Amino acid sequence: MNPQPRRRTLHTPAPPASPFPYHPGSLLSILDLKVEDVGRLLARATELEKQDPLKRDRILSKRRIALLFYESSTRTRTSFELAAKALGADTTLVSNLSSSIEKGESLKDTGLTLRALGAEAIILRHNSSGSAWLLEEFARLPVLNAGDGMHEHPTQALLDLRTILAHLRPKVREVSADTLTGVTVTIVGDILHSRVARSNMLLLPRLGARVLLCGPKELLPELAAEIGPGVQIERDFEKAMRESQAIMMLRIQAERLSGLQLDLEEYKAHYQLTGQRLAAHAPKAIVMHPGPIIRGMEITAGVADGVQSTILEQVTNGVAIRMAVVERALTAGEGGRA
Amino acid sequence: MTALVIRGGHLIDPAAGMDAAKDILLKDGRVAEIAGPGKLKHTEGATVVDAKGLTVAPGLIDIHVHLREPGQGYKETIATGTAAAAAGGFTAVAAMPNTTPVNDSPEITRWMQAPERGAQVRVFPIGAATRGSKGETINDFAALKSAGAVAVTDDGRPILKDNIMRETLAAAARVGLTVIQHAEDTRLTQGASMNLGPASFRLGLRGMPPEAEYGLVERDIRLVSELRDTHAHLHVAHTSTAAAVAAVRQARRNGLRVTCEVAPHHFLLTEEHVGLYNTHAKMNPPLRSAADRDAMIEGILDGVVDAIATDHAPHAQHEKEMEFEHAPNGITGLETALGLCLRWLHKEWHLPLGRVLSLLSAQPAALLNLKGRGTLAVGSYADVVIFDPKAEWTYRAVETKSKAKNTPFDGWEMLGKVRWTICEGRVTYTNPA
Repeated sequence: MNPQPRRRTLHTPAPPASPFPYHPGSLLSILDLKVEDVGRLLARATELEKQDPLKRDRILSKRRIALLFYESSTRTRTSFELAAKALGADTTLVSNLSSSIEKGESLKDTGLTLRALGAEAIILRHNSSGSAWLLEEFARLPVLNAGDGMHEHPTQALLDLRTILAHLRPKVREVSADTLTGVTVTIVGDILHSRVARSNMLLLPRLGARVLLCGPKELLPELAAEIGPGVQIERDFEKAMRESQAIMMLRIQAERLSGLQLDLEEYKAHYQLTGQRLAAHAPKAIVMHPGPIIRGMEITAGVADGVQSTILEQVTNGVAIRMAVVERALTAGEGGRA
Repeated sequence: MTALVIRGGHLIDPAAGMDAAKDILLKDGRVAEIAGPGKLKHTEGATVVDAKGLTVAPGLIDIHVHLREPGQGYKETIATGTAAAAAGGFTAVAAMPNTTPVNDSPEITRWMQAPERGAQVRVFPIGAATRGSKGETINDFAALKSAGAVAVTDDGRPILKDNIMRETLAAAARVGLTVIQHAEDTRLTQGASMNLGPASFRLGLRGMPPEAEYGLVERDIRLVSELRDTHAHLHVAHTSTAAAVAAVRQARRNGLRVTCEVAPHHFLLTEEHVGLYNTHAKMNPPLRSAADRDAMIEGILDGVVDAIATDHAPHAQHEKEMEFEHAPNGITGLETALGLCLRWLHKEWHLPLGRVLSLLSAQPAALLNLKGRGTLAVGSYADVVIFDPKAEWTYRAVETKSKAKNTPFDGWEMLGKVRWTICEGRVTYTNPA
């Protein structure tokens, strides 16, 4: 007598579209960029890198950029700051430990305050996933996501892509959806807590690469592979290495483990990148790491310093990429948001 | 007290099997007479409510709301929360005990019902099951009941210890109270802020696994079955997972007194509605997968779900303008429940109007043993909602009677507009066409 469930024919409310219009200069997620945008940023990074520093520093002369950092950082903070200064911008650093954030000021109020101080863009590093969207919504300024919790780190994915291209596609001048066809990149380790992994697995397949995720179940849940096309799980590190042209090692993020118990000796036995493993299974692959590296943990000193390592090159690429991204932030959609 | 005549409306009273054009006389806070159009006998001096073209039904009853008093009046007060209830067509609400302090005493239970609170609808407090809702020492249920509590629960701090839950069920059964459990094994949800699934992974948020809900439901059902002889009644609050509904269905087949409610957001929304960290889509239990959402609809259509309850959970604006993982759980729901139920359960999924109204009045009244409510039979309380079943309208959170605007349904299309709400014979809300 009761109506039978009609699962297949149930019409249900659609999930919402994007909640508010972003500033065209913002970079919150790597998905904000189309493949053409990625190509444009890579090309611009190279141009800016080659440009005469005395001319380059007129591009954003005296423009104001705030670096808002709720987490410690060496590479990201310094390279964003050097990039902004190389273009002539004034930068100011606000960190959670030496500001009113310590007194309980909210992210919203901090953003409004920076705006009132004349900031024209905010570069945000924050320990909560999604914080960049919150700041964007209230500060109504271009926001560059320099890492939000476990979520994304889009400029890292761009600099990683630049590194991969330099080694594996040195002749390519313009990227497209098949630039990395035939390339396999393995990301190894603490995928669950890694914003670098998420941004890379969302970017690299759109250029044709295959991404293999490798790590123990506690740090790499099965559903990670559902994030998008071109992403697969391969728990056998050595098998993944044999198929890879690039191996991206990740640090175990002790600060985000949140009570998770991990047997580090067993972890090392399965997933540490040693010279022996590298020579046996991927003697030609490049070895990447977003840093900070913990020598003797996920990677041995010999591999980190070895000829296959691109770790410091990635750092250098960070400055070039961030010049292009900072320039875009302050020049995209001149005239402000609609 | 003045008398009211509701004239020209169409009466739907599922508990009385009534679905016909009727006039109704309300007198001294009770239903005095029901008769065919124009046939009422004792209408002298009564105020007339013209219900032409409108549906007249028992006032709606929400057995799961947070009115925030005592202690959190900046989020909501009993006065504002019940004003929102009246605007939504509700004439009675059951208020959860997670206030500050926790409602674990007859004193607070009575305080919540005092006339000074300015309630616009009848407030039935739900008492805390354990002292301070700490899950250790069971409260005096007889004393809570005589002070007016209609059920016991530790709500957001579910009772995890088997022996305490068993004792709670047995003690509540002895005094004839229902035990409501917010089923969440909090050992599995530490630091989590949405459903565990592809969306939580993509968004970099820690997820609550579905088993945190259904695991505890299954544990509680096992305890009820061990206490079968005591007639213990377990009510599962805001069911959100397919497995939990399946467990309740099976328990009922086994003859146990296990009931459940579903909130509108759990039969309408999924984890995808979190979008890009929309804190108005953050609640506990969280929005689940599409399969879970479909199971809520099926459970409602096939009758295993006993009530629609909103889990009205108001929060101040600044609390929701936070990083997703730090924003508090919960959304408001009293003003949107009827409009969403009619728009979706009735119009879209063809649940008969009488059954929709029953899930919002007769069944919740029966669940908590609210005598004389959930029906308009002669002699019942004069708790009435009069609504235009054809009116389509758009909900605007800025127009709410609640202190809070934390709803994911702002701007949503609703069906069925409340024109009058009458609580114990007193008009508590009017919105004439």
